[in-house]
Amino acid sequence: MQASTVTNTNQDSWGGGGAKPLDAGYGKLMMWFFIVSDALTFSGFLVAYGFSRFKNIDSWPIADEVFHHFPFLHGVDAPMYYVALMTFILIFSSVTMVLAVDAGHNNNKNRVAFYMLLTIIGGAIFVGSQAWEWKNFIKGDYGAIEIQNGEILQFYDLKKQKRISIDEFYISSNQERITHDDNVGIWYQSEAKLPEITLNEVMTGFNNDMNLTVRLEKLDETGHKIVLSRDEAEIKLSSATRVVKGANLIRNEYGNPLFADFFFFITGFHGFHVFSGVILNIIIFINVLLGTYEKRGHYDMVEKVGLYWHFVDLVWVFVFTFFYLV
Amino acid sequence: MAEQKHKLEIFRGRLKFKSNVQKIWGVLVFLSIVTAVEVALGIIKPPVLLNYFLGVKILNWLFIIMTIIKAYYITWDFMHVRDEKPFLKNTIVVPLLILIPFLLFILLYEGSYIFDIMFDGLKTWNFDIY
Repeated sequence: MQASTVTNTNQDSWGGGGAKPLDAGYGKLMMWFFIVSDALTFSGFLVAYGFSRFKNIDSWPIADEVFHHFPFLHGVDAPMYYVALMTFILIFSSVTMVLAVDAGHNNNKNRVAFYMLLTIIGGAIFVGSQAWEWKNFIKGDYGAIEIQNGEILQFYDLKKQKRISIDEFYISSNQERITHDDNVGIWYQSEAKLPEITLNEVMTGFNNDMNLTVRLEKLDETGHKIVLSRDEAEIKLSSATRVVKGANLIRNEYGNPLFADFFFFITGFHGFHVFSGVILNIIIFINVLLGTYEKRGHYDMVEKVGLYWHFVDLVWVFVFTFFYLV
Repeated sequence: MAEQKHKLEIFRGRLKFKSNVQKIWGVLVFLSIVTAVEVALGIIKPPVLLNYFLGVKILNWLFIIMTIIKAYYITWDFMHVRDEKPFLKNTIVVPLLILIPFLLFILLYEGSYIFDIMFDGLKTWNFDIY
């Protein structure tokens, strides 16, 4: 095992492991120290999320309203089921990883390879699911209006007593405004991509249907978004500046920009960990198939990468709680 | 390596498994049950649990406790910290147990302080037209 360290001493070292400190190999110890530091990085991110949330406690977006998609169930309101499924997939791939480590302790090459393959598949499904989640988040579904002071106003149908998408009520102006590119203007300036629905079209649609009103970012005492009366909504909307559809790092239709920023950053950083975990697993898988560890006489590398993989699972358990549940 | 010892009981010895593989499946069942309870609570949101306790909803306290329980079983059984020497266990767990609650306390306290300032301070932060 200790290919490069001297182990011929008979002295007991510290930490209670005979000749080996803490009774753990060098690589395993280093993996543990990396995990501890990475755990602190992630807790830094999650605590920063908590900070921003406590700072905007009366106007934070409601996760159930944001993440309510499920594959093949279009238009069905299914909050959290999909993330719960993702959590289960990741925990399950963690289990196949432990089984691979266990098979490694018994020097059973075929079983290690089989369980490693299952782990890789689980990880790939998870990364794919996260990409789908991002797609829905970026695309958005209801659309909203941003007003002068930066507030996001979402539309609400008083008759049906539920939210309404801007796609459902805007009135097309039948005008086409072509995106201004730098090759046609005098000052060689271009503009950002135009929204598919303009502010004017939304406002015409709004003025046309008296049942429509807006919802504020602010929450009432019961934790629901405050719905304004029609008159109040008209005053608010008089300072409308743009249509917001979906999410990016600058603004999003769900409310506070920080919400989307933390979503992209935390789940993105975690997704990157899963991705690199899958790559490491593939490398180990190939090595197992080639018989590298069988020749070496032990499967410690599987155990080390396994520790990393479980850590990724562990982080997801916390992200799941603090982003989707709490 | 083949003769490596595994501790096979969980729940403080109340449940003892025959082999390591069996223990892994047992822990998976336990973790799945906890996750299912979390999701069920998150969807039903029982009104009783929406009351506040120490500034946080009881429901959210339950979520946090269940998360920590899950984290414990993932590290102890999947990352087999249960089989490590006590010295290594402490090396891993103690720094996290000291630093994370510390950071959590400072930033969450500061966050709610800033909220209070912006909420009932003398200045306005929102230059809305009305």
